[in-house]
Amino acid sequence: MLEVRGLNSWYGESHILHGVDFDVQEGEVVTLLGRNGAGKTTTMKSIMGLVPRRQGSIRFKGQETLSLRPDEIARTGIAFCPEERGIFASLNVTENLMLPRTVAPGGLDLPTIYTLFPNLKERASSQGTKLSGGEQQMLAIARILRTGAKLLLLDEPTEGLAPVIVQQIGRTIREIKQRGFTVLLVEQNFRFAATVADRHYVVEHGRVIDMIPNAQLEASMGKLHGYLGV
Amino acid sequence: MFMILGYPAPLMFGQLLLGLINGAFYALLSLGLAVIFGMLNIVNFAHGALFMLGAFVAWGLLEYLGIGYWVALFLAPLIVGVFGVLTEKLLIRHLYKLDHLYGLLLTFGLALIIEGLARNQYGSSGMPYRIPAALQGATDLGFMFLPNYRGWVVLAAAVMCLITWLVIEKTSVGATLRAATENAPLVQAFGVNVPRLITLTYAGGVALAAFAGVLAAPIYSVNPNMGANFIIVVFAVVVIGGMGSILGSIVTGFGLGIIEGLTKVFYPQASATVIFLVMVIVLLARPAGLFGKAA
Repeated sequence: MLEVRGLNSWYGESHILHGVDFDVQEGEVVTLLGRNGAGKTTTMKSIMGLVPRRQGSIRFKGQETLSLRPDEIARTGIAFCPEERGIFASLNVTENLMLPRTVAPGGLDLPTIYTLFPNLKERASSQGTKLSGGEQQMLAIARILRTGAKLLLLDEPTEGLAPVIVQQIGRTIREIKQRGFTVLLVEQNFRFAATVADRHYVVEHGRVIDMIPNAQLEASMGKLHGYLGV
Repeated sequence: MFMILGYPAPLMFGQLLLGLINGAFYALLSLGLAVIFGMLNIVNFAHGALFMLGAFVAWGLLEYLGIGYWVALFLAPLIVGVFGVLTEKLLIRHLYKLDHLYGLLLTFGLALIIEGLARNQYGSSGMPYRIPAALQGATDLGFMFLPNYRGWVVLAAAVMCLITWLVIEKTSVGATLRAATENAPLVQAFGVNVPRLITLTYAGGVALAAFAGVLAAPIYSVNPNMGANFIIVVFAVVVIGGMGSILGSIVTGFGLGIIEGLTKVFYPQASATVIFLVMVIVLLARPAGLFGKAA
């Protein structure tokens, strides 16, 4: 579904990605693991067209997206949930939820979204940033399920959240996988990643240095500890 | 004679009305500036010139094409809006990656060119624009005579401010606009064509200025300086209301018009400076403006 080849990205003079290669198959949950500053978030932003300069190849459903603007990339069916969640302070919960454009049929409808995230219905008219961190993360995920995009990029959805919320997000990711969504997940917490993902790519110094199927995660613990320095 | 605080009532109400009229123009102009500043991060110095252009287009439509006031009220903002689209796409667009000051310099230069061309063609004495037949005459309100056209100007400006506020605060287009003001790249990653949104925002802001220009045409004669006279005060209004605040510009616009009008009654010498006095006081107490959020 997504093929990234030789992806290089720059922020101004800083060369962040040095040839990233990986694939995501339809229906998979794939994580990018790696230390802070390894280039995981930059990889996601590059896929979305949100970095100033990039080279290489990013093919989505066979279509090269490198020359497209972010809004055009979104309309090919890729949706992005940023690390900082990107909840808009001047919009209420409903407005935040309805903001992303519908890009294809087959997105979740509002009743389904409210079943998955009951809190959001209660807080519909609250200002977006008045929600708790967990609720904001739920909102950030919920609003991209509506759009009909089938590839979801989730950047560290569990960061800074209480364990019970992390579990809820894990359940949500497994649920949306069952509904046929494909997920690319950036994580630092590989224990969490192990509960949701099919495969893991390890990113270091702007390159993908290893791929570990989830089934082999236990066996690869020693290697993984070395990569992540935990 | 009926007196208020020792001043004759007709004088008081007359100045209050004048204040409201000026306030209506301050509100419409600062509203457009606020919308443009919020979205483009540019202080649109051409705003006064585009207000003037609105009045000139209305005058030209009547003079050359025989198109009257009511049609001009819609057509002039549309024409100036198209001019705004071209300005944004051809000129302003190239400055977003640079310091804000360049946008200010560009629009300031644009204002000088537009005003210079108008002065060159039509001189600076100004041309009269007749009040439309339906709004001639005055109404006796009991305590004063209200010229119908002036009442209409206050009403039309207030309704237009209300419509703009409703569109921005209560519609999905407005929600997209507010979101893009906060974080444009993310809104674009949500599938919104942000460059087009920016163009349309600029066009909408300058169309508001042109609308104000048409309203102003019968009151102040149509002349190349009419925008320059207003724009300095309007910048003070924007600063007092809080840069980029929609509600702030409307309330502050009308409020300062009234304060200015009343000053003409109580201490006429200060009427030209009172707004700047208010600005100094507000900035000392609340540097982000009355309705602005501290950065």
